[in-house]
Amino acid sequence: MINMISRLGQSVIYNCEQAGYLTLFLLRALGRMFSWPIKLGPIIKQLHFIGAKSTFVIVTASLTIGLVLGLQLYYELNKFGAVDRLGTVVALSMIREMGPVVTALMVIGRAGSAMCAEVGIMRTDEQLDALECMAIDPYRFLMVPKFWATIISLPLLVAISDVVGILGGYVAGVWIFDVPSGAYFYGMYSSVDWVDINMGLVKSFVFGLIIVWISTGKGFLLHLDREGSYGAEGVSRITTQAVVLASISVLVADYLISAFMI
Amino acid sequence: MTTTDDQTAPGIIKIEQLTTHYGERQILDELNLEVNRGEVLVIMGGSGSGKSTLLRTMLGLNKATSGSVDIMGIDVVNANRKQLYQLRRNIGVAFQGGALFGSMSLIENVQLPLREHTNLDENTIRIMSRLKLDMMNLSGFDDLMPSELSGGMIKRAALARAVVMDPKLLFFDEPSAGLDPVVAAELDEYILELKQAMDMTIVVVTHELESAFRIADRITILDKGKMVITGTVDEVKQSQDQHVQNLLNRRAARDPISPDEYLDLLTRTKASRPIPGRIHD
Repeated sequence: MINMISRLGQSVIYNCEQAGYLTLFLLRALGRMFSWPIKLGPIIKQLHFIGAKSTFVIVTASLTIGLVLGLQLYYELNKFGAVDRLGTVVALSMIREMGPVVTALMVIGRAGSAMCAEVGIMRTDEQLDALECMAIDPYRFLMVPKFWATIISLPLLVAISDVVGILGGYVAGVWIFDVPSGAYFYGMYSSVDWVDINMGLVKSFVFGLIIVWISTGKGFLLHLDREGSYGAEGVSRITTQAVVLASISVLVADYLISAFMI
Repeated sequence: MTTTDDQTAPGIIKIEQLTTHYGERQILDELNLEVNRGEVLVIMGGSGSGKSTLLRTMLGLNKATSGSVDIMGIDVVNANRKQLYQLRRNIGVAFQGGALFGSMSLIENVQLPLREHTNLDENTIRIMSRLKLDMMNLSGFDDLMPSELSGGMIKRAALARAVVMDPKLLFFDEPSAGLDPVVAAELDEYILELKQAMDMTIVVVTHELESAFRIADRITILDKGKMVITGTVDEVKQSQDQHVQNLLNRRAARDPISPDEYLDLLTRTKASRPIPGRIHD
């Protein structure tokens, strides 16, 4: 019994410590994001990796989700004779919820895991120590480009996701079920407000920050992991942790932002 | 062997009463050590002797519990980030695994410190980095990626990167680990060349005896976080100390164990894990 309590205590202390280290990591990285000079080259390279290369998965995922939304909602709306509202409902779901969340989850899977593994390997391989020893700030050299690139990419990817999702709904509704094309777009035009777009925008910024923070932070702090940081096993463990933690954080943040902004 | 153990030369590194802990385990125990300007000091010891911890503490990568490490007038233990970075511009470090950046080519790796810390033009940077690559016999491999290099080449590349800013002080972690004897001997030659040609003070951490005897002006032997002996190669060879003799004759050192403890060791059901976390020797 005492053993159990002691273990619980240890676990609480450990998790608080980790949360503290992660917070410090975030503050340091954010502080350096705005310190001059900001080098564009590395940011563009990361934009290519995190943003441009994620476009294909996000287009595919969003198209599928738009199609499914169109399909499912058509049957429900048809019961009430309100199929002309299909465009509105698909657009609002995409812009407010599905677009940001799907994009975030896809970016976590594709770029977040890669960033975490990359930084983690740099930690076990003493590359981060080597940077320190060359008097090169690892935050400025490695983290700042990733932070800028993720925070810039996410809103753009979300915008693409929204448009593609709405087109998916159009394909399902107009091409398959013969909903009038004009009704699909007119409903959208009259009911989607700036508030909705803003909500999507705020979400995408926050999600971007969460993704890059947790992915790089977990890798950066690998040497402080309770289970040890040895080699491939350590890197694979923290990458899993980072993906799970980032995904859950994104979903929790999604709820909180929706609750505050609705 | 050359002896530069000149008493009038001021020490470039002064370590006093240095104690460090990892978790609750003590790693270094009130260690005192002085490194003289222009010498090659080799720090030796078996696994778990604390030699890597000593190196990391000297570099300011690990925190010390108490004591001081004075390098070129800066106390690394209590220095702030700015002071540490200032100091590190005059220090070169070659890591055990090379620690080259996988996304950069060989020459980009070597050029990195120049690009980050100087405003030299492209041509000068290219010439300076090629000079160092040539010195390490790596000419013509400029555009190879680290994944395409052999073990010996990676160590030489790491050494080239460490000295590209012409530091006054060079640290080298395990130069010969994982290399065949011929390549290891080659690397020792480069270390001696750096000392003679560039008047560097060099601190090498290793467990390879031959290598240590070849390059060292003085050798320090650590055991369980304490210094056993510091002296010239001859002094170390003639030492009667048991730890030194064990190391020189490659005998495994074992603590005496009672029959009861031994029985317990063999029969207990679960191996006790004294300290969680990574193990750094």
